[in-house]
Amino acid sequence: MNTMSLSKESIEKLQELKDKFPDRRTAILPALHVVYDQFGYVGDEQLKEAAEVVELPYVELAENASFYTMFPKKPVGKYFIQVCTNLSCALLGADSLVDYLLEKLNVKLGEITPDGLFTVVTVECLGSCGSAPMMQVNDEYHENLTRERVDELLEEFRREGTKKGGPPS
Amino acid sequence: MPEKILFKYIDEPGQDTIKVYMKNGGYTALPKVLKEYTPDQVTDIVKESGLRGRGGAGFPAGVKWSFVPKDSPKPKYLLINADESEPGTFKDRQLLERDPHQLIEGSIIAAYAVQAHTGFIYIRGEFGYGAKQLLRALSEAEEKNFLGKNILGSGYDLTIHLHRGGGAYICGEETALMESIEGRRGLSRVRPPYPAIVGLYGCPTVINNVETLSNVPHIINKGAEWFASMGTRKSTGTKIFSLSGQVKRPGNYELPMGISLRELIYEYGGGIFEDRELKAVIPGGSSTPILTPDKLDVKLDFESVVEAGSMLGSAGVIVMDETTCMVNVAWRLTRFYQHESCGKCTPCREGTYWMLKILERIENGKGESGDVELLLDICNYIEGYTVCPLGDAAVPAVRSTIEHFQEEYDYHIRNKTCMVKGKPVFK
Ligand SMILES: Cc1cc2nc3c(=O)[nH]c(=O)nc-3n(C[C@H](O)[C@H](O)[C@H](O)COP(=O)(O)O)c2cc1C
Ligand code: SF4
Ligand code: FES
Repeated sequence: MNTMSLSKESIEKLQELKDKFPDRRTAILPALHVVYDQFGYVGDEQLKEAAEVVELPYVELAENASFYTMFPKKPVGKYFIQVCTNLSCALLGADSLVDYLLEKLNVKLGEITPDGLFTVVTVECLGSCGSAPMMQVNDEYHENLTRERVDELLEEFRREGTKKGGPPS
Repeated sequence: MPEKILFKYIDEPGQDTIKVYMKNGGYTALPKVLKEYTPDQVTDIVKESGLRGRGGAGFPAGVKWSFVPKDSPKPKYLLINADESEPGTFKDRQLLERDPHQLIEGSIIAAYAVQAHTGFIYIRGEFGYGAKQLLRALSEAEEKNFLGKNILGSGYDLTIHLHRGGGAYICGEETALMESIEGRRGLSRVRPPYPAIVGLYGCPTVINNVETLSNVPHIINKGAEWFASMGTRKSTGTKIFSLSGQVKRPGNYELPMGISLRELIYEYGGGIFEDRELKAVIPGGSSTPILTPDKLDVKLDFESVVEAGSMLGSAGVIVMDETTCMVNVAWRLTRFYQHESCGKCTPCREGTYWMLKILERIENGKGESGDVELLLDICNYIEGYTVCPLGDAAVPAVRSTIEHFQEEYDYHIRNKTCMVKGKPVFK
């Protein structure tokens, strides 16, 4: 199977969206989510395909995709680590958490580790300020982080991520 | 412990399922409404309760509903604002993850009151777990015919869609949220016209916050008077305070409106992290001016916080201790607003960008004399001159830190380093 193409499941989801709302354009943001769920990023090729299925101009999907920061436009590591560095998290050491991750993974902000497993980025408040510091990895929140917990998590991801098939992205 | 309304069952396992929700008295308000009340009567009850919007502005919910024209031939819409992205605020997430049916029941009642047949829950994109919880809860409610066609034989129809955002703070602003659902970039609209007249798809629309709507079933069940007996005269009911930052026990606390800031931080929050000294508090999310410790006795209700020089906003209370550099706080929050500005109007787009540049250079030891005055000047040119309130929201972080801690700015500029020693570290 061509891994760059929409899966049968994604196409079905997109078809369902097409006529679900009072106005077809309302399907755009949900369509971006379908693409993101399958690929872990939202690239031009995928958008073109999705646009055909929902029968909307590609530019309208692209215009929306460029506005929303949640969707990476290029591939990222299998584990996409987003660390909140807004105020409440920063007050409990979020900046040093970022440094710690970058040092441990030996990678720069936004880059993919050579094994393809990790990308670390900083993000704004994720609505988890009472459990700071925290990070989101793919779809999951990890809260009240300590060095020990981060070490454990990274090890877990490495173990799971190098298994055949890997994690769902 | 004061009476809890919204959080009464929040820690009970299974409260997120329809079975446990109903065992605990859920979905009794909805049949009552459909059988006994006209839409206008529902609106009147909510008006009498004094319930005010919990999304930041504190506008009376029942009054908002009554603005929807009754004679309009156009369809009406209800929007449920679950975009929660104001830094320091994390209450809606807990409500929708742990007690989604409370929100759904309140939303159905609100939709009935304004006679909307379609609703959208706009949930912030990052809340993946919350979205799953709501999707499941919505289908449970459909199975029981609390949603869908001819609800409980009343002849009233309602569909609620779950719509996931894409990580843009501005889409929590009501008109940007509508643009976003309409499949356009989230740029705020100029008002008037107001959403109650021209909202989603150009139709009359009501938009309310998650916490606001979650209160509605309880008001129906126990009455407007009961609700109004809690809190203060003008700020009725309870409020969920999101307590975060350098405090021993951060978390969400549901307390009567009008509780003092001191009680919240010291009794419920257990006091300051590592027993340090308190330096400043943001009482209502990152958009509200900081308060200094001499204001600890302020009552947390809409009116009193304004009197003390700030705003209750979304009630995200951020606690900062003596080790916090106020220039750094201003820089960090300005970075946020600059990043989230939708770019539609110049004062906000350029103003936040310019302020960020100045704060960055002060932070990096390259500040110049006159920078503080320049920052205040830019604040004056943003506030009141923007299309939506995001521009105004970017001002307090800068202006209020200068107002209370100008010596830290001056020190930074003169000595090219921070006046406060030690940075927070995670261990
Ligand atoms: C920049 C900006 C962001 C906002 N974000 C939210 C939000 O995430 N959630 C919310 O309920 N209201 C938010 N609001 C307020 C909404 O515009 C609107 O007033 C609110 O949803 C109305 O509901 P309520 O009356 O029940 O409070 C925001 C406002 C602005 C200006
Ligand atoms: S104030 Fe800022 S966010 Fe609001 S419309 Fe203007 S540029 Fe956009
Ligand atoms: S400040 Fe980090 S989650 Fe809110």
